[in-house]
Amino acid sequence: MDLVVNGVRHSIRNGPARPLLAVLRDELDLTGTKYGCGEGQCGACTVLLDGAPVRSCLTPAKAAEGKQITTIEGLESNGQLHPVQQAFLDADALQCGYCTAGMIMSSVGLLKKNPNPAEPEIRSGLQGNLCRCGTYPRIVQAVRMAAQNNGGRHA
Amino acid sequence: MPDFDLTLPDPTIPGFEVDRYELRERPAYSFVPDRRDFLKLLGGGLVVLLALQSPAEAQESGGGARRGGPGGQATPQDIGAWLHIAESGLITVYTGKVEMGQNIRTSLAQAVAEELRTSPGRIELVMGDTMLTPFDIGTVGSMTTPIMAPQLHKVAAAAREMLLDLAAQQFQAGRATLTLADGQIVNPATGKSLTFGELTKGRKLTRTITADAQVTPATEWKIAGHDLHKVNARSIVTGKERYTSDLKLPGMLYGRVVRPAAFNATLASLETKQADQLPGVLTVHDGNFVGVACDDSAKLDQAAAAVKADWKAPAQTNSRELFAHLKSRAAKAADWQPDPSGDVHVEATYQVPYIAHTPLEPRAAVANWEGDHLTVWTGTQRPFGVRTELAQAFGLPEDKIRVIVPPTGSGYGGKHTGECAVEAARLAKAAGKPVKLQWTREDEFTWAYFRPAGVIDVRGSARKDGAITSWQFHNYNSGNAAIRSPYNIPNQIAEFHATDSPLRQGSYRGLAASANHFARESHMDELARAAGMEPAAFRLKNAADPRLRAVIEAATERFRWGRAKSRRGQGFGMMAGFDKGGYVSACIELTVLNGKVRIDRIVQSFECGAIVNPDQLKNQIAGGTIMGIGGALFEAVEFENGRILNPRLSKYRVPRFSDLPEIDIVLVDRKDLPSAGAGETPIVAVAPAVANAIFDATGKRLRSLPLKLDA
Ligand code: FES
Ligand code: FES
Repeated sequence: MDLVVNGVRHSIRNGPARPLLAVLRDELDLTGTKYGCGEGQCGACTVLLDGAPVRSCLTPAKAAEGKQITTIEGLESNGQLHPVQQAFLDADALQCGYCTAGMIMSSVGLLKKNPNPAEPEIRSGLQGNLCRCGTYPRIVQAVRMAAQNNGGRHA
Repeated sequence: MPDFDLTLPDPTIPGFEVDRYELRERPAYSFVPDRRDFLKLLGGGLVVLLALQSPAEAQESGGGARRGGPGGQATPQDIGAWLHIAESGLITVYTGKVEMGQNIRTSLAQAVAEELRTSPGRIELVMGDTMLTPFDIGTVGSMTTPIMAPQLHKVAAAAREMLLDLAAQQFQAGRATLTLADGQIVNPATGKSLTFGELTKGRKLTRTITADAQVTPATEWKIAGHDLHKVNARSIVTGKERYTSDLKLPGMLYGRVVRPAAFNATLASLETKQADQLPGVLTVHDGNFVGVACDDSAKLDQAAAAVKADWKAPAQTNSRELFAHLKSRAAKAADWQPDPSGDVHVEATYQVPYIAHTPLEPRAAVANWEGDHLTVWTGTQRPFGVRTELAQAFGLPEDKIRVIVPPTGSGYGGKHTGECAVEAARLAKAAGKPVKLQWTREDEFTWAYFRPAGVIDVRGSARKDGAITSWQFHNYNSGNAAIRSPYNIPNQIAEFHATDSPLRQGSYRGLAASANHFARESHMDELARAAGMEPAAFRLKNAADPRLRAVIEAATERFRWGRAKSRRGQGFGMMAGFDKGGYVSACIELTVLNGKVRIDRIVQSFECGAIVNPDQLKNQIAGGTIMGIGGALFEAVEFENGRILNPRLSKYRVPRFSDLPEIDIVLVDRKDLPSAGAGETPIVAVAPAVANAIFDATGKRLRSLPLKLDA
């Protein structure tokens, strides 16, 4: 089976039931995408499928066949951070950083759909992502900054 | 001047105490390499070591030599930290502390940068590696800021003085005329400059210092004490940072432990035939340990399910009977003193359940054997403690074991122990290959330890004018920290009662202080109302400590405490307190609608001496406050007969974006006082202030966490 991840085609081991998360992390060594619960509750495993955020722990690899998969490693382009990544840096929106990749991917997905979300829309858009370190206020701030920098128009 | 000793709470920090459940003993033996081996590893350049010295030792021997090696030199376990300036100019600091999101990688780099007058970006920190860094008791009890940061100031200041001596020689100039700027020493008279690397070239200079180095006073800090973004943030936002669970070694297998059906169970029978027949799957059985390893993590569920194990477990208690259990099993019951004083008396009982740390990264370890040498990468707050656990589990001397702590998806006091490391090493031993074990979320909710549950009985009396006349406080099981009231009460009694804990319990961010503050500050509110006094005025009436008064005044002023309610269901509540060197006060506004509590606004004032990095401090306080919302409103571990009933994030509610109130933090900076840590104390503020605000809104007094109103 072939998967297109961050614009590159990879041929991966067969097994239709294999979760996309395991394929990305263990087979392709794209470990920016994290495991936090395996039941769709924490959002640490969020990636984009054709631009829309999905929980890779609950997504069979098979379901991603023929789609564009984007992970945190694929956001940077030509050494330039994506505006959402830059905003997380500027707002210092992280503590241990384990939730950060999932937060950024969900935020990118959110801004694609809604390039200028109001604060309550950011909160409800990210409701499925957990930050146990409680960095929520700065994450909201980062998404607002990214929106101002046209974050929604990128990848 | 006495130096700090990492093993003991520092007596110079008022009120500093290590939580009861935090381990504080050095191991009896520590077989680490000789100091000369270390120095060989470091190569040329300049090395400054900081010798640990307790005041008693200093008097006894006049130096750090008592446990020392040949020639009265300190050996590595007597060294708190060291710093190396290489010929290349690279500045490396070695500390046994670990980074778990509390941001010490950045704040410790700032301490060193300050003294060397250079940018923090030039400083490399090697942390938590038992082969490379000095022994450390653990990143626990908010001790990094009060103890490790001052040590690094001293080490770096000593290095600066050595560099100045070298430069004075080379320039043939007076030391006092030279200036330091960004990795160089300049002679303004001639305009000549030399980099730190050039100064050390061709030499190997070592100095062991104790505590005499002249450090820069906090009032003059230009780098420490100022905002600085996290040094490794870029690698995190690009997904490149490798946490333990992201590591991959050649030939590595993935592991899973087949868990017992209940706590305290023993294996009655085991059938692994089916699992053994699965391609690429290895089963491991040793006593009560059963596990599987295979080459594909996606096969672990199937492999573990194919193992048929029967377990025998004794009957065990449940969460509904928990509080009765804790009180009835206490070694000694409360000895209440008759109390004829005061005009009003209030008696009440407060309860806190077990709660789970729920770090977003469940415990993980990668183990690799090379002959009888074992290396384990694992996210722990106590690498040296985990090394000891591994040595005991495998009957190995400690010098054959290396524990390395990669970046970790936090711990909050939950990652002190090494069971995941031991399990990974057992699987790797059987496999003859490296094994990565990442606990499942359910493992993490079940087989880690919990924040202790507790029952607290309080009796207090006050005069009509608000003065507290007596105070008796008995805590069962949740611990000693902050058990004494910081208010001015002449004859207070505050006792901790050990009892039998049905679940395994351990350290947690502000564990006992949270329970004790919840009980005390709720009771203060009850007493204030009984005396007919307004809660803030009642606290100020009884607060003599100026630092306590200052935080109460700061929080109430910012909150505009005392204003009238403007909505149905609105409630205001407050608290004040002190723990681990930090003073805190909080005012909360919330709304109760149809039995549901929504926290609208939290104003929290905090004072922990001289502020090291205000921006990061606010981030820590906000983080602790949000975590505290979980303990106040949602979290409780439910259990029955040796099983956890809610071991999933879908059943155990933690704070999410929707729970986020407006958080307003007022920092009280005391440059004249030593800095204390802030990773823990802010969390204690939430539960009591919320309970008091719920009473204000509804007239219902909730005395059990999590705070739940019947709809
Ligand atoms: S790991 Fe996928 S949502 Fe938690
Ligand atoms: S930063 Fe630690 S979980 Fe979000």
